[in-house]
Amino acid sequence: MAQQTPGRRCIRAFISGFFVAVPVTVTVLDKLAYVARVEGASMQPFLNPDVGGQCDVVLLNRWSVRNYQVQRGDIVSVVSPKNPKQKIIKRVIGLEGDFIRTLGYKNQYVRVPDGHFWIEGDHRGHSLDSNSFGPVSVGLLHGRASHIIWPPNRWQRIKPSLPPNREPLNAEEEDE
Amino acid sequence: MFRRVLGKTLRFVGYTIQYGCIVHCAFEYIGEFVVCFGPSMEPTIVNNVVFSERISRHLYKIQKGDIVIAKSPFDPHVNICKRVIGLEGDKICTSSPSDFFKTHTYVPLGHVWLEGDNHMNSTDSRNYGPIPYALIRGRVCLKLWPLRSFGTLSESPTKRIIKAQSDSDSD
Repeated sequence: MAQQTPGRRCIRAFISGFFVAVPVTVTVLDKLAYVARVEGASMQPFLNPDVGGQCDVVLLNRWSVRNYQVQRGDIVSVVSPKNPKQKIIKRVIGLEGDFIRTLGYKNQYVRVPDGHFWIEGDHRGHSLDSNSFGPVSVGLLHGRASHIIWPPNRWQRIKPSLPPNREPLNAEEEDE
Repeated sequence: MFRRVLGKTLRFVGYTIQYGCIVHCAFEYIGEFVVCFGPSMEPTIVNNVVFSERISRHLYKIQKGDIVIAKSPFDPHVNICKRVIGLEGDKICTSSPSDFFKTHTYVPLGHVWLEGDNHMNSTDSRNYGPIPYALIRGRVCLKLWPLRSFGTLSESPTKRIIKAQSDSDSD
């Protein structure tokens, strides 16, 4: 057996490591968790609270949305229906079958169709959301934001919470 | 003894994870095998196993006339197989050929217009409108099974694809 030079052994180790590391990383990012920086003001005040400050970084849980199951109030990242190269991060307001009182959409009340949800940014009026493009197909779901991981002083788990007065109308009627 | 069994198990788990990840990447970024059934794409695809490549979808190179596998907009667990009739900004005739008054619609930004080749028996964009581009999973490029139909896919039989603006203006 020929003696291997250290350089060749290095290259071989690098290539085999490469073939392990790249697929594993890609799979983890696709299936388990994804880290993304939040840009823009559409989720203020919850994300990016100070204007001009540094951007928040969130952890997107992709495993929990593998069956496309979300709850109302979750913050989700969705591929923008207007531009497939862009992802948007919004709050789920209504699931399929809910009646939603819209804010400036062409109809004042909307029933969310099957396989769709209604998403809105927290910053009302400064967000390009379902009020401009309508209900979004669940198939565009990318991940659910589960933690804020940067900046460190705002490290927290994100709990689902609906903004006031944005509950779906059918749920309100059941309560009364 | 125990240490050897543990080492073997760990190595086996490691290889499983590694090859599982490679398979995932191949299916996710290169292509996958799909079984197509249902009447909506007759006569182009009739209960075939097809190979759908995902590279052109990731590079945004889907063109008019391509047959694509997409997630159904109403149920993300269900896949649909249709032909791309129009890309964003295209003008689509939405009325049936027998109608005297033609109605047209424009495909909005980031959306595509999908139709089945079997116009009589297909639920497609004529029912639910344009669907977002990101719902497309891949482009069908080869029919694999049954063997006698092995090969590439034929052109659309419905003559619905509008090549250029001048063609659509003349009819």
